[in-house]
Amino acid sequence: MTGKGKRETGKVLLEVRDLHASVEGREILKGVDLTVRTGEVHAIMGPNGSGKSTLAQVLAGHPAYSVTAGQVLYEGKDLLAMAPEERAREGVFLAFQYPVAIRGITNAYFLRAAVNAIRKHKGVEELGPVEFMDALEAKLTAIGWDSSYLTRPVNDGFSGGEKKRNEILQLAVLDPKLAILDETDSGLDIDALKTVAQTVDKLRRPDNATVLVTHYYRILTHIQPDLVHVLAAGRIVKSGGKDLALELEEKGYDWLRTEPAVA
Amino acid sequence: MSSGIEAQVLQPYKYGFVTDIESETVPPGLSEDVIRLISQKKGEPAWMLEWRLKAYRNWQKMPEPHWANVQYGPVDYQAISYYAAPKQRPKLDSLDQVDPKLLETFEKLGIPLEERKRLAGVAVDAVFDSVSVATTFREELKKHGVIFCAISEAIREYPDLVQQYLGSVVPYNDNFFAALNSAVFTDGSFVYVPKGVRCPMELSTYFRINAESTGQFERTLIVADEGSHVSYLEGCSAPVRDENQLHAAVVELVALDNATIKYSTIQNWYPGDEEGRGGIYNFVTKRGACRGRASKISWTQVETGSAITWKYPGCILQGDDSIGEFYSVAVTNQRQQADTGTKMIHMGKNTRSTIVSKGISAGRGQNTYRGLVKILKGAEQARNYSQCDSMLIGDRCGAHTFPYIDVRNSTAIMEHEASTSKIGEDQIFYAKQRGLSAEDAVSMIVNGFCKEVFKELPMEFAVEAQRLLGISLEGSVG
Repeated sequence: MTGKGKRETGKVLLEVRDLHASVEGREILKGVDLTVRTGEVHAIMGPNGSGKSTLAQVLAGHPAYSVTAGQVLYEGKDLLAMAPEERAREGVFLAFQYPVAIRGITNAYFLRAAVNAIRKHKGVEELGPVEFMDALEAKLTAIGWDSSYLTRPVNDGFSGGEKKRNEILQLAVLDPKLAILDETDSGLDIDALKTVAQTVDKLRRPDNATVLVTHYYRILTHIQPDLVHVLAAGRIVKSGGKDLALELEEKGYDWLRTEPAVA
Repeated sequence: MSSGIEAQVLQPYKYGFVTDIESETVPPGLSEDVIRLISQKKGEPAWMLEWRLKAYRNWQKMPEPHWANVQYGPVDYQAISYYAAPKQRPKLDSLDQVDPKLLETFEKLGIPLEERKRLAGVAVDAVFDSVSVATTFREELKKHGVIFCAISEAIREYPDLVQQYLGSVVPYNDNFFAALNSAVFTDGSFVYVPKGVRCPMELSTYFRINAESTGQFERTLIVADEGSHVSYLEGCSAPVRDENQLHAAVVELVALDNATIKYSTIQNWYPGDEEGRGGIYNFVTKRGACRGRASKISWTQVETGSAITWKYPGCILQGDDSIGEFYSVAVTNQRQQADTGTKMIHMGKNTRSTIVSKGISAGRGQNTYRGLVKILKGAEQARNYSQCDSMLIGDRCGAHTFPYIDVRNSTAIMEHEASTSKIGEDQIFYAKQRGLSAEDAVSMIVNGFCKEVFKELPMEFAVEAQRLLGISLEGSVG
């Protein structure tokens, strides 16, 4: 349990309590507990089929998953009672493992629609195309990206790596309070991984938090996690600091299966 | 997965009101006497009446076509009234004499006719039931030699032009509905653009059905003389009624050497209710003849209304180097049925045609693309590109594609692409996760799907088309 309690200075942003969820009648999450504070980066690791992506999807509100028990509080509010678009407008962002293509709609148009939906929700005036492009250019420059992505249709004809990068571009533009990155690192080559990780790292602030769902230690060499959790068979079986990730890299997950689950 | 995708809470049809106006309607039924009466009311010359009667006699011998992929009960042609007009006959020269109720009706439909409110850069011919109520910007157009008026007026004022071209693209005996139209057509628009003139504004006709138990049979004829250019748009709507009303129109386009005609349609007839009660039967024959060298005819249609749509706007590419285009978006929601597409007949050398069809089905809608590309023997180096995309929303609707290809010249180059996609839970969830509502998500996905067609619409109407698409799909996704 090294590292736990090290940084308990931020406010509690997300609190998951005994979360059970199933898809098509099959229970995937079997009692997940997780507390994320502002200013923190959490890494959720674990073998294939352990429920990592399910956790990400459930937090975002994907209709295919049903929550059968447990509670999720986001800024003290009942997250599970909120519609997916409400969660997004309140600052929950999911970088998809498999981003969806939308033909005929440019990235810039899609992003502006998203930004304006969030602004409208906050009672802030919506941005016109010109103002939006100005704001966007500034963001792109800040993260060191060019604008070639903007005029292309959303994820249409993108390579796997480009789709992942595009998720991070959206993350940068929408600037959420809670970012959940679902295996954003898989399918990226070493250079792309570095760019993506550095961007995510730049977006770290004392008032936001990031949950990285990942298979690999690699991304954690660029983003220092405050806490690392191991999800196995639908429960968090071990939590620790960055060292835990390194240990997993060396030993794999098998040794954890014999240890009793953390309640 | 799709359980959430189909909450059929439907937005009421927004143009379903009835204008309370006294109208002069001939009793239901069709006979030579009724046709004589229509012709007399319009003050037509004898040749016109003869043509109508010839069409009627042919129609009587023709069977109603049933090859289309649509289903409907028998139509009683004797139960329809073939002429309805607001009682106070409007004088076309002055809007002061038009019944204010009519002006109000068109204003409610977003088509202001009064001078000070007119749409800038768009001349409008407003047709209410069987008569043209007003045509705006006539004088302005006349300065450029462009004739834009009601076809009944053109028959009286420009008989030579009308006689030369009427029925030259769609003959009076072309098909069952075209023959019926030829016999009983009441109004519609006539356009003539003289040699070398680029029409200075968009021309448009708005058709409104109002009276009960009537049909609308309009006829439009557009002639673009050598080197001229014209862009024309039609729109339409009708009140909500339980009965089915028949709309059997004919549109003929003629493009001479180097002339271009761009014809756009935004069709929003009453589609019927969620159980399929009521709605317009839209049985329409539209055809353009690219008669001259390097002439071009481009059809763009956005079909969102009507209970049943049966139409195949086509091009006869007679002139060498002529070009035919067809861009279509057809939406069927609830119980709507559409069987629509195009015919491209290549006769001249080096003729080219492009077909882009987007069919969207939601609810229990059935959407069929039916197209014919025919390359005749003499059409050396003809080229066709066809793209037919279907999109399904929910799992109770259907999309069907029947592309017919008939090539008789080995130098032809044909390309055909087709795709079917489904708006899935995942696409909508993705957009929702970025903060968009389900309606905005669907509207965005559908608009992206239709982009290639919308970009062909005149700018003034592209926005209208997008909005209309949003309305007709409202409620199709939960």
